[in-house]
Amino acid sequence: MSAAMLGAVTPTTTYYLILSALLFGIGAAGLMIRRNPLIMFMCIELMLNAVNLSFVALAVRFGNIDGQTAVFFVMVVAAAEVVVGLGLIISLLKRRPGANADDLAELRG
Amino acid sequence: MELLVFILASAMVLAGGLGVVLRSNPVHAALSLVLTLFGVAVHFVALEAHFLAAVQIIVYAGAIVVLFLFVIMLLGVDKSEDLSIEPFPIQRPVAIVIGAAVAGLVIAAVVRARDTIAETDTPLAADGDSNIQLLARNLFSDHVFAFEFTSILLIVAVAGTVVLTRKDKRKVEQ
Repeated sequence: MSAAMLGAVTPTTTYYLILSALLFGIGAAGLMIRRNPLIMFMCIELMLNAVNLSFVALAVRFGNIDGQTAVFFVMVVAAAEVVVGLGLIISLLKRRPGANADDLAELRG
Repeated sequence: MELLVFILASAMVLAGGLGVVLRSNPVHAALSLVLTLFGVAVHFVALEAHFLAAVQIIVYAGAIVVLFLFVIMLLGVDKSEDLSIEPFPIQRPVAIVIGAAVAGLVIAAVVRARDTIAETDTPLAADGDSNIQLLARNLFSDHVFAFEFTSILLIVAVAGTVVLTRKDKRKVEQ
C-alpha cells in the first residue's frame, strides 16, 4: 500500500467498533485464563476501555455528546471499583501471600 | 495520515492487551496496560474527544495504574508466576474459544450493520463550540443528578475501603 493510498482512506466508525470488539475479546479471555486477582482486575479495565472506545466512536458518528458523557461516568465507576477491589485484594494477600482467585472464599466471615 | 495514526494506535492497544494477558510478571502486565490506555487516548484524540483523552491519561494511566503498581510493590508479589501450571486443563482452551467467539460475534454484527452505521461524517463541534464546552453543558444540565450521585459513590468507595483494610484493634486486644 503506497503512502498516497494511506492518506486517501480514513478510518470509519466500523474500524473503531472492530478494534473495540477485539480488545473486549482479549480482556474477556484474559479474565477467564488468569488466576492472579490483580491481573484479572487489569483484564476488567481492558474490557471497560473497549466499551469506552465504542461509546466515543458512536458518539462522534451520531453527533450526540451523550456517548462521551457516558464514558465519563464509566471512568468514575472504574476508579471506584478499582479502589474497592484492590482493598479486597490487599486484605486477601496480606493473609495469604500468593493467593489466587479461588482463595477469595477465605474472606468469608 | 489518519489511517496511519489509526493503525499505529491500534497496534499499541492490541499489543498492550495481549501483554496484560500473556506476561507472567504483574509489573510487566501493568505496564502493558499503560500501553493500551495510551493507545485508547490516541484514538480519543483522533475522534476529537479531547477532554476524554486528557482524563484517560490523568485518571487511568496516572491514578489507576499507579494504584495497581503500588499494590504490587506493597505486597511484594512482583515476581513472575509460573504460567505453565494449569489447575483445570480445560480452562484455557475454553476461555480462548469464548473470548474469540465474543469478539467474532460482535465483529460479525458490526460488519453486517455497516450500512446502517453509514459512514457519513457529522462532526460534533459543528456550531463552533469546543468539545469540552459541549461535554460540560451536557454533563451539568441533562446529567447533573447522575454527576452528583457519582460523588456519593466515590465517598462510599473510599470509606468502605478504609473500613475494609483497617486492622480491627478491639479484636487484636482480646
